[in-house]
Amino acid sequence: MNTGPAKAGWRFRQPSVIPGFGLTLGFSLAYLTLIILIPLSGLVWRSAALGWTDFWAIAVDRRTLNALKISFGTAFIAAAVNVVFGTIVAWVLVRYRFPGRRIADAMVDLPFALPTAVAGIALTSLYAPNGWIGQLLMPLGIKVAYTPLGIVIALVFIGLPFVVRTVQPIMEEIDKEVEEAAATLGANRFQIITRVLFPGLAPAIITGFSLAFARGVGEYGSVIFIAGNLPFKSEIAPLLIVIRLEEYNYEAATAIAAIMLALSFVMLLVVNLAQTWSRKRYG
Amino acid sequence: MEVRVTNVRKEFERFPALHDVSLDIRSGELIALLGPSGSGKTTLLRLIAGLERPTRGAIFFGDEDASQKSIQERNVGFVFQHYALFRHMTVADNIGFGLKVRHGATRPSAQEIRRRASELLDLVQLSGLEKRYPAQLSGGQRQRVALARAMAIEPRVLLLDEPFGALDAQVRRELRRWLREIHDQTGHTTVFVTHDQEEALELADRVVVMSQGRIEQVGTADEIYDTPNSPFVYSFIGESSSLPVKVDNGEVWLADRPIGLQAPPHAPSGEALLCFRPHDVELLDGCSGCIAGTVAASRRVASTRRVELEVGGERQRVEIELPVDHPAAQKSRVAFRPRRWKLFPAS
Repeated sequence: MNTGPAKAGWRFRQPSVIPGFGLTLGFSLAYLTLIILIPLSGLVWRSAALGWTDFWAIAVDRRTLNALKISFGTAFIAAAVNVVFGTIVAWVLVRYRFPGRRIADAMVDLPFALPTAVAGIALTSLYAPNGWIGQLLMPLGIKVAYTPLGIVIALVFIGLPFVVRTVQPIMEEIDKEVEEAAATLGANRFQIITRVLFPGLAPAIITGFSLAFARGVGEYGSVIFIAGNLPFKSEIAPLLIVIRLEEYNYEAATAIAAIMLALSFVMLLVVNLAQTWSRKRYG
Repeated sequence: MEVRVTNVRKEFERFPALHDVSLDIRSGELIALLGPSGSGKTTLLRLIAGLERPTRGAIFFGDEDASQKSIQERNVGFVFQHYALFRHMTVADNIGFGLKVRHGATRPSAQEIRRRASELLDLVQLSGLEKRYPAQLSGGQRQRVALARAMAIEPRVLLLDEPFGALDAQVRRELRRWLREIHDQTGHTTVFVTHDQEEALELADRVVVMSQGRIEQVGTADEIYDTPNSPFVYSFIGESSSLPVKVDNGEVWLADRPIGLQAPPHAPSGEALLCFRPHDVELLDGCSGCIAGTVAASRRVASTRRVELEVGGERQRVEIELPVDHPAAQKSRVAFRPRRWKLFPAS
């Protein structure tokens, strides 16, 4: 959709007249290498020592597959739930003025600040069959703690601020005139939200989703308390890695980690491509 | 559709933005709301659209009381200064939006909507840009799309809020002429807001001059320019100079000298304000019955020379315009008498 002449091959974007392009690029690359690339390649290196057949055997092991399925599945559901409710929370915080708004706003960040183990223990005691909420759900036949549902709840708690904090600033920038224009054209409130506002927020919502999802996949502290950690049922991949480490089975641990890494990378890459595409289109 | 605004008052949190404004807009008319910022012109436009509700008074579309209706029901086309296009929609989808959100039988088929969109694009001279996104258009093109989008719903009234305010001078002039053509072709009753007097005088059938939440004067460009009815309109429209004078015995006095002007028959005696156009003056040689002053400053402005004079004992400053090569500009003392002028009671 580029209106300019077609460019051949790759090229650096023209650096601006403000000096420092070389310095900042060099710093960024060195920093990313040191903080992210070296540890991650160490991981791949370590799991490569396993050899292809052993690696594959661990990868398709039923326990590994189940753990991965639970990790990615619960993270996906939790991120999806957060997208819906996080967007609503952001909407309320941006659009309405009510007493206690600032407190509510600050509260959104608490899951960031709280040690995740504390969150896990608190949630477990609430949702356990004899806990405040758990005993209400028990007669309905809903069991939360020690099931994948419990994992989802822990991940919803952990992921909420990611969605709220990415959507909120974009929502604040929505031009009131765009809504007014839609209203004069005859659109009712529902149509304005679904056809005008939501599509404009979609890139931010996708970002929030991917952040919450990525965080959920890697989450350990809060989940292990509420999950019950039954192999094949409520055992998450990060826990399986820790179990393997405790067995001094470093190769297996790194192999599972490498698989998680690859899956996460592919998913985040897809999300990023979707972002680039929508940004190019909507400017 | 004729629009009647009757005794409308609008307050924002107790602060009055409009005081008791009444205005009749004829069907098919192109009318400009002109005034400085804070004069209430945009508020009046938004009240007509239904984007604000009047504190008191009513707005009629024809015989129907529109103030009881929601924005959606009023069926007005509104164009914003900053376009307010839907960024995630193509040009064609933007234009078709108003038709697409209709319900049931009133909604045209997708094909019909596409046809209408391309018809309107032809009208605003942007044929072939259906598939573009707003981000890929220039400011002038975006505003044309915004106008096409507003016209797609066949509005009863077309309202434009500083439609050319965000565009550069050249494009403004071009779009101004073009808007007039579109109006003559389609005949929509159109109200537009501007703070640019040139735009208002050139484009509109009638101009509504507003100041501080009130309508000062309504009239054609000629009426507004030639017979302003208040010092504000005098100074806001075109160049003007004013001097505090005294009316006594049917004559106009500056300080203690008569300046050779006969006050109109009904003018009350006492303090008054004399207003005239700087270019509409007659230069005099000698002076018994004229305004005389020492030249304080002289500037070349386009094809004329603007001379600032200090007049009378209180050294009142007053501006007049001279032809560039007029010898009077070299002198230190200039005497003149306004050719057309008007007296207003001193405020």
